[in-house]
Amino acid sequence: MTQPAELPRWMDLVVLPAFNLGVALAVCGIVVAVIGLDPAQVITLLVKGAFGSRSGLSYTLYYATTFVFTGLAVAVAFHGGLFNIGGEGQAMIGGLGTALVALALGPHLGPMLLLPLMVLGAALAGAAWAAVPAALQAWRGSHIVITTIMFNFIASALLAYLLVNVLKEPGNMTLESPPFGAAARLPGVHEALGWVGIDWPRSPLNLALLLAVAAAVGIGMFLWQSRPGYELRATGFSPPAAHYAGIWPRRQVMRSMLISGALAGCVGINELAGVQGRLLLDFVAGAGFTGIAVSLIGRNHPLGIVLASLLFGALYQGGAELAFEIPGFSREMVTTLQGLIVLFSGAMATVAAPWLARLYALFRRQEGGRG
Amino acid sequence: MPTPPSVAMHGICKRFGAVQANDAVDLTVAPGTVHGIVGENGAGKSTLMSILYGFYQADAGSIEVEGRPARIRGSREAIALGIGMVHQHFMLVDPLSALDNVMLGAEPHWRLTPARQQVRQRLEALMRDTGLQVRLDRAVEDLPVGERQRLEILKALYRGARILILDEPTAVLTPQETEQLFVTLRALRARGTTILLITHKLKEIIALCDRVTVMRGGRVVLDRAIADTSLDALAEAMVGRRVQLGRPSRAAAEAGAALLEAHDLRWRDALGVPRLDGVSLTLRAGEIVGVAGVSGNGQSELLEVLSGMRAPQQGRLKLADAEFAPGHWLDPARARRLGLAHVPEDRHRRGLVLPFVAWESAVLGHQAQPLFASVWGRMKHAAMRRETAAMMQAYDVRPRDDTLRSSKFSGGNQQKLVLAREASTAPRVLLVGQPTRGVDIGAIEFIHGRLRAMRDGGGAVLVVSSELDEILALADRVLVMDRGRITGELPIGQCTEAALGRLMAGSTAVDVE
Repeated sequence: MTQPAELPRWMDLVVLPAFNLGVALAVCGIVVAVIGLDPAQVITLLVKGAFGSRSGLSYTLYYATTFVFTGLAVAVAFHGGLFNIGGEGQAMIGGLGTALVALALGPHLGPMLLLPLMVLGAALAGAAWAAVPAALQAWRGSHIVITTIMFNFIASALLAYLLVNVLKEPGNMTLESPPFGAAARLPGVHEALGWVGIDWPRSPLNLALLLAVAAAVGIGMFLWQSRPGYELRATGFSPPAAHYAGIWPRRQVMRSMLISGALAGCVGINELAGVQGRLLLDFVAGAGFTGIAVSLIGRNHPLGIVLASLLFGALYQGGAELAFEIPGFSREMVTTLQGLIVLFSGAMATVAAPWLARLYALFRRQEGGRG
Repeated sequence: MPTPPSVAMHGICKRFGAVQANDAVDLTVAPGTVHGIVGENGAGKSTLMSILYGFYQADAGSIEVEGRPARIRGSREAIALGIGMVHQHFMLVDPLSALDNVMLGAEPHWRLTPARQQVRQRLEALMRDTGLQVRLDRAVEDLPVGERQRLEILKALYRGARILILDEPTAVLTPQETEQLFVTLRALRARGTTILLITHKLKEIIALCDRVTVMRGGRVVLDRAIADTSLDALAEAMVGRRVQLGRPSRAAAEAGAALLEAHDLRWRDALGVPRLDGVSLTLRAGEIVGVAGVSGNGQSELLEVLSGMRAPQQGRLKLADAEFAPGHWLDPARARRLGLAHVPEDRHRRGLVLPFVAWESAVLGHQAQPLFASVWGRMKHAAMRRETAAMMQAYDVRPRDDTLRSSKFSGGNQQKLVLAREASTAPRVLLVGQPTRGVDIGAIEFIHGRLRAMRDGGGAVLVVSSELDEILALADRVLVMDRGRITGELPIGQCTEAALGRLMAGSTAVDVE
């Protein structure tokens, strides 16, 4: 029987994640060396690609925006005691929601009215898609992990059906909806900065970034400063205690999943309103699942999720740069690096905690001996 | 020295982080005796026994077993040395038969049929020798608690235990079962088995032990033959000051108006077993009603139904002029608004959200009060912390740190925090389940004092406890529950331990037949 490791807060929040990331990078370096490349060159290129130029930074932030939404979605459900695997499907349906609003109202409204409605459409559609598994869990006890996984497949099939049979432009061979009107385009950051006279290179980074930051701040305030957030966390930690406190557990299941689905749905804003300008089949591209890793590494805390999203954004962008620069470095290698980081910083995040705790205790004792 | 001591521990030290759990502890246990080890929670007695049984390694000190130096690095080595342990929470596999549980991990043959035959023969001989009777072919889950405990002892003896460690063995037993256990332990002692008894019930020490070691703060503070000590001396050594645990006055308080009336409550579980079978009771102002009974006879369900956590299938409830019936039963939030507070039996599962910091757990159930939440739903952290500090001050919760996680407080301090929270709204009716389970003597005295103060202030208090001493110390009127029914009601003046024990075990005795 080992006692759970006791680390001071600053070590738990800073030293341990940094240590884990270091280990992950070290192992990555070994893998890179094994395939005959220079680890130092690879890491330099990766960091440079992700943060070294304004353009690279913009791409990193653009990827991170999507991960903030899906990461927060997983975290809110997690605080409510639920494991929402359905971010992928909820994001797809969120995109559908935003596309339907854009296509139906686009010709009639200006951007100041249309864009908020599109955000609402994305959030409501994502929430609605999460509501079904949530209700099944709350009233019938169907396990939310299973139902949300299944709803990913259903969402994918539904989107394909609608694109093939309803939304596709006649005569267009690719599976995509007609383009949204100009009013339905969320301005890019380069455009927005251009308005105030700052020159910024063109990139997919758009104003959904601000929405993501607002969502992170809002979720933080909701969870730790509001009564519904208090009730949600109480339920997540201990349903019997919540019941004792007069909190209705079913309502909390619905609440956490609706918020979770709405957040996942906002992926549609970044990808469709911000970049594509039309509805596509696979615009989510696994970001819903990446959100699970992001939330895990970010310890389900909004600030941690923002940082983890930046890490993943950098891996995506830097990895793409690497594949471009070094011929021997394939896309699969990038995936390997991501996998190692998820392994060390997410799945095995507390493995090193007892060692660090012992080291810390040793250090303290020496300090005490001297003092 | 003709016979060496069974166990001799010298200068045992063990440290967990900042806590010195054992500090130069010496313990010598003579062979063929019952040796009691008492102390409050955190006194270090469990750590000491865990070191003897090989769960922990001592930082310093030495152990001798039957005169030979021993290094015990795990329970397997402890068993090999003839040490057996019966844990407070039984280490049995419920769906397996009693026989298979004994055999598990010590199968004498790779095929189970001959293995069972051999084990059965040896066990039957052992049962004849010791008088420990267990039905070997019954699944453990079908055995009453007392019989499961006999099985645990049998299991240890089967593995060759000559030294038996019993951790709080009577916590789950009725008075009759306890008496039976003592008869068994005395018989084992007569056969030469050495018994180490960990308990916090001092009466049992006096009744059974030959010698007692009292621990406090990781040290041995008293080590004496039973003949040379007394209940009061032991209690004082344990707590470090004089304690007054009994009933201040024998007379019952004068009861006032009925504040809660329940009539014919019936609730069946999913299997159709009646857990509440027509329970009626009335709680009056200025009165403590005690509910005695062996755990699992409907007391938990009664508390849940009365506090609104569970709706019965039949029955009526009147609380503060509001009437309830199945279909529109009370709910916990409504109960609080009607002036009913509830200290739940299980403070870990219900009373607190363990990962919450103290000031978050201290408003659990009151989170919607305007004091703590604005109309817009913003929690008022400053007010929460202020109220928590006041509660901790008034109820002497230690450490006085409102940012500590609820799980980090000791049992007694957790209970004081829950009680402080529930009392903070000055409730008319207070339901309390197991007020002092796992709580130190010093805190018990304090909690009992608070409950009496609530009564004296005109509140109606319902105390459910499996500790008869507690019922006798607190209640003005005692209800006895058995199998979902109230089998007896006695004013405190007519209560004796024997009378209550008979009412409690009326039908359980039939079960053992």
